[in-house]
Amino acid sequence: MKKWNMIIDVAECTNCQLCTLSAMDEYVGNDWPGYSAPMPRHGHRWIDIKQKERGQVPMIDIAYAPTMCNHCDDAPCMKADKTGAISKRDDGIVIIDPVKAKGHKELVDACPYGHIWWNDELQLPQAWPFDAHLLDQGWQQTRGQQACPTGAMRAIKVEDEDMARMARDEGLEVMKPEAGTKPRVYYRNLWRYSKCFIGGSVSAEANGVVDCVEGAGVRLLKDGAAVATATTDNYGDFKFDRLDEDSGRYAVEISGNGRKKTVEANLGVSLSLGEIRL
Amino acid sequence: MNIAALKLSLILLGLSWLLKFQAWRHPEYRARIKEKNLTAQFMARDEEIGRWFTFRDGTISSGFGVRKDADVTVGFKNAALGADLLMPPINWLDQINAQKEFQLTVQGDDGLANWFAQTVMMGQTVGLQMGTPMPDGSMRYCNMTNGGPVFVSVKDGKIVRMTPIDLAEDDGASFTIEARGLKLTPPRKTTLAPHGQNAKSIVYSPDRLLYPMKRVDFDPNGARNPQNRGKSGYVRISWDEAITIVTDEIKRQKYTYGPGCIAVSHGSHHTWGNVGYYLSALFRFSNAIGMTRVHHNPDSWEGWYWGAVHHWGHTLRVGQSETYGTVEDCLQNCDMIVSWAADPETTSGSYGAQEGTIRRQWLKNPKLGIKVVHVDPYYNATAQFLPGKWFAPKPTTSPAMAMAIAYVWIKEGLYDKEYVKTHTVGFDKWAAYLTGEEDGTPKTPEWQEKETGVPARDVRALAREWGTKRVYLAPGGWGNGHGGACRNQTGIQWARVMVCLSSMQGLGKPGCNMGNLQWGTPVDFNFYFPGYSEGGMSGDLENTAMPVALYQRMPQLPTMNSNGQLIPRIWMPEAIADGKAEGYRWVGKSIEHQFGKFMYPAPGHSPVKMLYKYGGSILGTMNNTNRHVRMYQSENLEFVVNQSIWFEGEAKFADVVLPACTNFERTDISEWAGLGGYGHHGQQQLNHRVIIFQAPAIKPLGESKSDYWIFNEICKRLGLSNYFSEGINEIDWVKRIYLSSDLKKVISFKKLLKRGYYVVPAEKEKLRAPVSFRWFWEGRKKDVPEAQPLPSDYKEYLSGLQTQSGKLEFECNSLKRFKDPERPPIVKYEPSWEGPHSPEFGRYPLQLLTPHSKYSFHTQGDGKSSFLNNIADHRVLVGGWYYWVLRLNADDAAERGIKRNDLVKVFNDRGAVICAALPTERLTRGVCHGYESSAVYAPMGEPGKSVDRGGCLNLLTPHKTQTKSTHSLAGAQSIVQVELWDGRTEHMSETFAAMEKDKDVKRTLQEANLVPAK
Repeated sequence: MKKWNMIIDVAECTNCQLCTLSAMDEYVGNDWPGYSAPMPRHGHRWIDIKQKERGQVPMIDIAYAPTMCNHCDDAPCMKADKTGAISKRDDGIVIIDPVKAKGHKELVDACPYGHIWWNDELQLPQAWPFDAHLLDQGWQQTRGQQACPTGAMRAIKVEDEDMARMARDEGLEVMKPEAGTKPRVYYRNLWRYSKCFIGGSVSAEANGVVDCVEGAGVRLLKDGAAVATATTDNYGDFKFDRLDEDSGRYAVEISGNGRKKTVEANLGVSLSLGEIRL
Repeated sequence: MNIAALKLSLILLGLSWLLKFQAWRHPEYRARIKEKNLTAQFMARDEEIGRWFTFRDGTISSGFGVRKDADVTVGFKNAALGADLLMPPINWLDQINAQKEFQLTVQGDDGLANWFAQTVMMGQTVGLQMGTPMPDGSMRYCNMTNGGPVFVSVKDGKIVRMTPIDLAEDDGASFTIEARGLKLTPPRKTTLAPHGQNAKSIVYSPDRLLYPMKRVDFDPNGARNPQNRGKSGYVRISWDEAITIVTDEIKRQKYTYGPGCIAVSHGSHHTWGNVGYYLSALFRFSNAIGMTRVHHNPDSWEGWYWGAVHHWGHTLRVGQSETYGTVEDCLQNCDMIVSWAADPETTSGSYGAQEGTIRRQWLKNPKLGIKVVHVDPYYNATAQFLPGKWFAPKPTTSPAMAMAIAYVWIKEGLYDKEYVKTHTVGFDKWAAYLTGEEDGTPKTPEWQEKETGVPARDVRALAREWGTKRVYLAPGGWGNGHGGACRNQTGIQWARVMVCLSSMQGLGKPGCNMGNLQWGTPVDFNFYFPGYSEGGMSGDLENTAMPVALYQRMPQLPTMNSNGQLIPRIWMPEAIADGKAEGYRWVGKSIEHQFGKFMYPAPGHSPVKMLYKYGGSILGTMNNTNRHVRMYQSENLEFVVNQSIWFEGEAKFADVVLPACTNFERTDISEWAGLGGYGHHGQQQLNHRVIIFQAPAIKPLGESKSDYWIFNEICKRLGLSNYFSEGINEIDWVKRIYLSSDLKKVISFKKLLKRGYYVVPAEKEKLRAPVSFRWFWEGRKKDVPEAQPLPSDYKEYLSGLQTQSGKLEFECNSLKRFKDPERPPIVKYEPSWEGPHSPEFGRYPLQLLTPHSKYSFHTQGDGKSSFLNNIADHRVLVGGWYYWVLRLNADDAAERGIKRNDLVKVFNDRGAVICAALPTERLTRGVCHGYESSAVYAPMGEPGKSVDRGGCLNLLTPHKTQTKSTHSLAGAQSIVQVELWDGRTEHMSETFAAMEKDKDVKRTLQEANLVPAK
């Protein structure tokens, strides 16, 4: 049985919000009986782009991660649901019945991803239903995918084994794997959002003029052992990425222009060490 | 009866059958003929034969002959002419010629005649099928937003959804670019800008104007209370009353004051469509009634028009460069793109949706090996998308950084010396300035660091990399001279120095050009469809690009404004409230036109007493806009009418408000990003050229009407409606535009109406347009497909540039002829008059950047309870109000105790705006950032005397022009203070107070400590 999955590439999301807006276009003011009641004009973002700003001026980057109902295979909302309002379709899509779920605000808290939204006017918990009403009419893609200019969002319908293989082979990750919810929304390049870096700019003075040092060797040491190496570019910049946040003390050892320098760093979030003069 | 008379009689008989048949067939037509009781007739004046049509209580009767009691008579000079003109298909050129030669005349009341003419025309088009029925029972129509084309799905009279268009297999082919072993083809779909995808929510907005309104304390025959504009409420009135007030006022003023008393002011943009656009219907209307033009400054081109043109010409592109072939050349030959104050991921070029995004995504492919670096005080969306070194000069200072780059090139020999020798003039003069030979100050990287804050070592490294690589310089959002830093106080210097840098590196060589893949796709440039600035139905050959092509392709009555008076837009409040202003012209014909000064009032003209305003954008989009608040409250303005879709901004300062509908509720036709004129071939921002028939998806909401209808109704009361409309309906104009274009060769009108769109196939590879400036670099005649400059601006036709020397001029001949101390012949660095060198910088120590917004399009899409309000990077909900976002450096925020979403007061002497704070590392210390163009103006007390929480940051920006002898906007940067908001709503705007005639008011407010302490 082929089932729907969503694959999102964090490196290609520009925060244009077209997926978010197309979900509003699709659901605000529109009733899709059996799938969803109208989304309120304000207050809900069934597709919600999270962002992470990393580093300090001027060495920074920003990652955007569109999030939505994960259509979990082990969905906490279904466990919390005592009324049979939430069901999982054979194609993997989780639907909150807009009639049966009325009044069940507790379902909002059941989602560890914050993606069940409370509709105050209709007294209804709501989530993004994977555009199931469109897929059932023969659409081959979701609204967000259609609107996405970069192909950062892609819905695919495949066997679970094929999806698992793809996730393994291509290094796809899910949000909050520790929650054990088995999400059907996967992310490529999630490290851009979840990991951190240490970087800096190496310079040296010669004849009273300070210049960037290109080609300096840089080693990242953890507990005295080198965990990564890098070479500075023509701006003297180096960057060690994909490090864990709050991973503690590191030493950055730089050698260039016949000189050496070591800088200590305590890594909480991404850190730019700024100019390092050899 | 002769043959011609017989022929005419038969045609008229056929017409009477057609009208009766249509009335039987279509309820819509039955309703139409019920509107009036009258007798109208066609007659041949020579033979005195004709046919009359009587409309009475919804029935049509008709008979052979000429009646003396007819209300309306359409007369042909003779039967032969009548038969010719009425024989379908209508030949519009013959129609126009017959009118101009008075061979076709109309007698009777203009309004009745117009009704009759439009009713006859409607007989031909009523019942035309529009749109495509879909399997789910909905109808699919097409439309065009400022952010791209849409399929509009409609069910039960309601818009269900709007989507981009996935191209069908039989739609026009896509292009493929081969570069460095890759074959690059865009996906077969159209894209949307966020404001395009937002469109449904602004159609169904609670802020829509649904009926005409009058200010409660405005009495056209008694007290008008102009001082209460912006404060008083409104009452609903009928269309008849609204049109009566407007037309009575037009007539009264013209009789009382004489020419010039009425000013018409519109925004720089409008809802899309070649008929309904401001350059079309509005221009025909305003030319017909006669008006003082509010003369626009070149608002997105400022530095390029007033500065860059002197170095390289291109006045018909307002100083922006040629644009052709650069996508292919960049992908094939360039090593590095230097993105300088350029953020196409935010601005979408102009109307280009996310089309450029798709191409810039190709840059991420390492096989191309193209590096990108970014120069911008803000780590912008393009820098986020395309990782690369970020240089963050303080706002307004980057000309100094550019000069230091040129300095390094000179010192280290890293420029194309041969090219400079053969293709440029005046380099030695500029080099002498850079090296310090002229003024004793070498423009070293260390020199610039003091101004810009960018480390000297980084600038040196950039100069060395640039000087040894093939580089595309991308200044501004278009990547070739538009937007970006050209809109701040040093914008002229910046644009000039950008051209100078390109001139040192062999502009036109393979891989060396201007661009960032936003413009320059290999689309078909020979398939004609008029751009919006070609003027549509305006008949205006002076103020639109109609003379380029459209006037011959779409014959129409010419229109000409009889008034010569102009108001310089930047100084509009001073002109109206103080009665005096002067400006300089924006005319693309030549470099020298910009030196022409004009004065308001023009000699012998009446000062402006009435303002016809189109929309409500100015408070959000112009600068230091408390001036406009004061202007509206001036007694000099006896009448203000605002024709707007939404009740926002300045619409709340009008005496009478006329509700217009959106483009989804009327008929129109257009091409995506088809600009024409100064944005010639704007379609080269696209991956596929898409032309749209804009079907009315729904009926106009409430009593709102199309702009065309409103203008025509006003014209009816002035006897001008047959001149304005040429007696035809909007759908007929749509057809005339269709007939003017090459569309008629490839798709029938009927099919276009149903299908809704046409995709122009990509150009064959061997016929693609040449690369911009390649001809110049190779010393050939100009061969890119643009007719600019004008023939007389060449020394030898098609040889060289528009400059006097025909070369790139480091030392500008035009600026040697026109002496201007602020624009010397070579570009020099002069710090901004508002910035770190300002005396007020102690009180206002933060530089505020106010660039164009990412999610809304100017004021379009913002406010209006639109979906965009839900986007936290656009507006933030705090305590029940959607506040505009102010970004500031995280340390600056911490120092002020400001955290995310705290409400802060952003202020200076000009005003105060309450925003939601967003501390960030995307800005250096001392710089903050908030988009300009809020649609919401929400003073928390009296306008001008209180804080605004709508987000109109342009209340704070300077309106002074960049230099004295230019009409150039400079307000993209200002200095402000930011502090946690204490909840006080009073804040006296010094600007407002300075314009207050009552000095006591100002003193009282000062004593009450409502002015920021000095």
